Amino acid sequence: MSWFERIFRRRNLGDELAEELQGHIEEKTEQLMRDENLSRTEARLAALRAFGNTALVETRSREVWQWSWIESLLADLKLALRRLIKSPGFAATVLLTLSIGIGANTAVFSVVDSVLVKPLPYPDSDRLVSLTLNAPGAAGLASFQKGLPLSGSMYFTFSENSRTFQSLGVWIAQKANVTGLARPEEVKTILVTDGVLEALGVPQIAGRELTAADQAPNGPKSVMLSYGYWQRRFGGDRSVMGRTITIDSQTRTIVGVMPQGFRVVDHDFDVLVPFAFDRNKQTLAGFGLEGIGRLKPGVTIPEANADIARLIPVWMDSFSNGPGSDSHWYAKWRITPNFHSLKREVTGSVGSVLWIVMGTIGLVLLIACVNVANLLLVRAEARQLELSIRAALGAGRGRIARELLFESVLLGLIGGALGIVVADAGLRLLVSIGPANLPRLNEVSLDSRSLLFTLLISVVSGLFFGSIPAWKYSRDQATMSLGATRSVSSSRERNRSRNILVIAQVAMALVLLVCAVLMIRTFQQLSKVDPGFADAASLQTLHIAIPESSIADQLMVTRVENNVADKLASLPGVTAVGFAGVAPMEDGGHGWSLIYAEGKTYAGDAPIRFYNYVSPGYFQALGTRLIAGRDFTWNEIYDRRQEVVVSENLAREEWGSAGAAIGKRISQGYGEPLYQVIGVARDVRQNGVDQNAPAIVYWPILTTGPFLFPPRSVTFAVRSSRAGTQAFLNQLQQAVWSVNADLPVAAPRTMQEIYSKSLARTSFTLVMLGIAAAMALALGIIGIYGVISYAVSQRTREIGIRFALGAQKGELRWMFVRSALALTGIGVLIGLGAAAAVAQLMRTLLFGVSPLDPLSFAVVPLILLLAAAFASYLPASRATSINPVDALKAQ
Amino acid sequence: MEHSKNSSRDLFPGALEMMILESLRRQPAHGYALVQHIQQRSNNLLQVEEGSLYPALQRLLKAKLVRAEWTVSSSTNRRVRVYEISRAGISHLEREISRFDRMLEGIQMVLGPARGTENS
Repeated sequence: MSWFERIFRRRNLGDELAEELQGHIEEKTEQLMRDENLSRTEARLAALRAFGNTALVETRSREVWQWSWIESLLADLKLALRRLIKSPGFAATVLLTLSIGIGANTAVFSVVDSVLVKPLPYPDSDRLVSLTLNAPGAAGLASFQKGLPLSGSMYFTFSENSRTFQSLGVWIAQKANVTGLARPEEVKTILVTDGVLEALGVPQIAGRELTAADQAPNGPKSVMLSYGYWQRRFGGDRSVMGRTITIDSQTRTIVGVMPQGFRVVDHDFDVLVPFAFDRNKQTLAGFGLEGIGRLKPGVTIPEANADIARLIPVWMDSFSNGPGSDSHWYAKWRITPNFHSLKREVTGSVGSVLWIVMGTIGLVLLIACVNVANLLLVRAEARQLELSIRAALGAGRGRIARELLFESVLLGLIGGALGIVVADAGLRLLVSIGPANLPRLNEVSLDSRSLLFTLLISVVSGLFFGSIPAWKYSRDQATMSLGATRSVSSSRERNRSRNILVIAQVAMALVLLVCAVLMIRTFQQLSKVDPGFADAASLQTLHIAIPESSIADQLMVTRVENNVADKLASLPGVTAVGFAGVAPMEDGGHGWSLIYAEGKTYAGDAPIRFYNYVSPGYFQALGTRLIAGRDFTWNEIYDRRQEVVVSENLAREEWGSAGAAIGKRISQGYGEPLYQVIGVARDVRQNGVDQNAPAIVYWPILTTGPFLFPPRSVTFAVRSSRAGTQAFLNQLQQAVWSVNADLPVAAPRTMQEIYSKSLARTSFTLVMLGIAAAMALALGIIGIYGVISYAVSQRTREIGIRFALGAQKGELRWMFVRSALALTGIGVLIGLGAAAAVAQLMRTLLFGVSPLDPLSFAVVPLILLLAAAFASYLPASRATSINPVDALKAQ
Repeated sequence: MEHSKNSSRDLFPGALEMMILESLRRQPAHGYALVQHIQQRSNNLLQVEEGSLYPALQRLLKAKLVRAEWTVSSSTNRRVRVYEISRAGISHLEREISRFDRMLEGIQMVLGPARGTENS
């Protein structure tokens, strides 16, 4: 028989079999009647008994010809779909629960996969390393830097002598002004040396790459564009190659365009500009550059570390900090390479957050599955009669278990399909919010791996929540009876699996709630922290940069900035204006220096302090109180008086109190110019709310120390109730242009935005955990409600009897609530243990809160017990409204 | 027939098929006659659950080891499906029997010569 015939002769085959079996039984019946003198009925029964399960025999015989699994699968599918359509309420509840659970997991998986798991979008990206250095001997350095950045001289030493790198280079992200196109514009610039683009290994899409010739100090001034900038400014015109643009007053020739989505490490940029270092002018110092390298094939990071460690003395021999300086002075810093993979550099600390989010969302899915399993158990019990009948009619035990499993896997798959919609919406939302400085957000998408993951968790969850009723069913089958069960109260056995599920749910919900409450407490603690400035929402910040090629003289730069400040101050609604090299909690622009207090001797070097340059009025605009002394004045600044303001903690550390600091003098080294302390400012959390306030030296904005370089790029702080409005920004822009028409206003943000960004990691974790915990709590309440109301419906007769015997309503209600509280209590005890363990993993995310915070660990069980009481009270009071006569009549 | 779980199974996989083929080699038969034949030949030592014959017959049909044809039985005047062993069935049976013999021999050698002679 060909497969073709097999399909079309199927019905025929079934009929033939039926006829054959029927014939067999009849023949046997007749023979028994003849041989043993039985009546026809008796003989037929005996024949049937001897034959065995007719239906099963028929099925088995037919299965010989079938691709049985496909066929019975199709039959099961039809049946399962029909049953789901017949109970839309059940189907909707389950599918909603699952689609949210699976969708959330798919979304988080996509993020985790794109950010943490997938390689960086560079060829052979596992060979890329970030060149970071440790300098344990540089006191104070570690407090505000993630390591020692590289200097230009290090770049030359390393790239010329390294044996382990195929290519290496240094780069830095900056802002630059482009003039001469439409209106002046600040663009994101990345300065690169030779070796950076070679290491990344991504080819340009138009024109040519920057070459060694472009890096010659007096060579051609060239520039490469990003795809985005090329499209935005030049409409993707290919003839733009060879044209010139003016960047920071330097005319540069466009030589090439990088492809769409190309970033340098994790930095987006508009233009790539060659450093064009002059090797002869490099000093040992000038640590401010990021290094990147591509290892030769087969070379490990420890080998690269060893290779570069060998070159540190070479570096000190080859360069100096000028005539007469000790070039081996840096030996004291004990500089060692501490390279790590570029991926670790990019993903940074976000890994721990994402894994925690992934874990909690997974837990939510688990709770959702438990809920669905509970619903299925109730449903399977309601179908017990049907299943018994089917078993009696000859359905194999495995066949029924398979069918139950199939139904749940089908639910899982439909839930998963809906979950993809949920995940897609969730990811769109996530990308549009762009939270937590989440790296590689541009790479996040629902790709085939995410879809495969969805399929996997859909099937696994289906098997998981389906296996509980299926297993229970096949175990119970022996005791299953066709007669109605007339037990008075519900059997312990029957409820046990549901009770265990509820306990598990409560325990998991407790873990999530504790984590969420810990994050809320962290957020509270962070909000209580005094950042050192006042009312962030009414503080407008903006950047203005004046390139050297535009105004060479430092005094003129300061005068222009002073004029801008005066103009801004004259705008309506502005109460104070000041500017500084860098505003609190802003990235980049960190300067640090050895600071010696006059008359003190230090063991070794003086500590390294963070410093900033500030204008008069800056502290007032920020709302940073001066605890002692006074602010700078413009006259003093133009007189170049050697005066300085220090932070409170620095004053305490050096002189014991803020008051004692006034009049004392500091310098950057023995024999260097001494600056008199004229004011002490309150501590500012310069590096973020969760970082301790560093000791800060505030130099005057115009100064002429040998190691002081007043910034050409400054952040203005404008105090106004109109901060953040577009109209206000336009006025600010106009005011700046009225001073100098070539100056773009960049990065206008309110201090609130900067402040929120520094809290972003905490708030992202908080929101994700909050959502997960809320879902867990809701699912837990539904679970408890379901179990208690089912128990009530099962025990109607018992309630009737109790009523008849004189039980009070209150007692009965309490009976049900008590059982819910008992289950919750057990769940809470288990959950507390688990939560204590999980909280330890969250340690790094917490601030000002112990992982075993007693408040969190006390409040959450209370919330859960209250929720359980509430969830059980509703069905319990329904029970007490039962009329005892009706209850006893029932069944 | 007492329903016991042991008799509802083949003694070992393929035993039932072998007995069916052997019966059919002697004489083509329909299902009921086959059961009767097997039970008689085994002196009722082997009590096969009658139904289990049919899936086995279908397997043999599918493997083309037997042929089947609907005819009217001369004795009962009933329409029956008569099974007949095919050429492939015969060679399959011979292979199976020699394999079974070897297996039996092996088992007897393990169980011991005394026992082996006692039984034979």
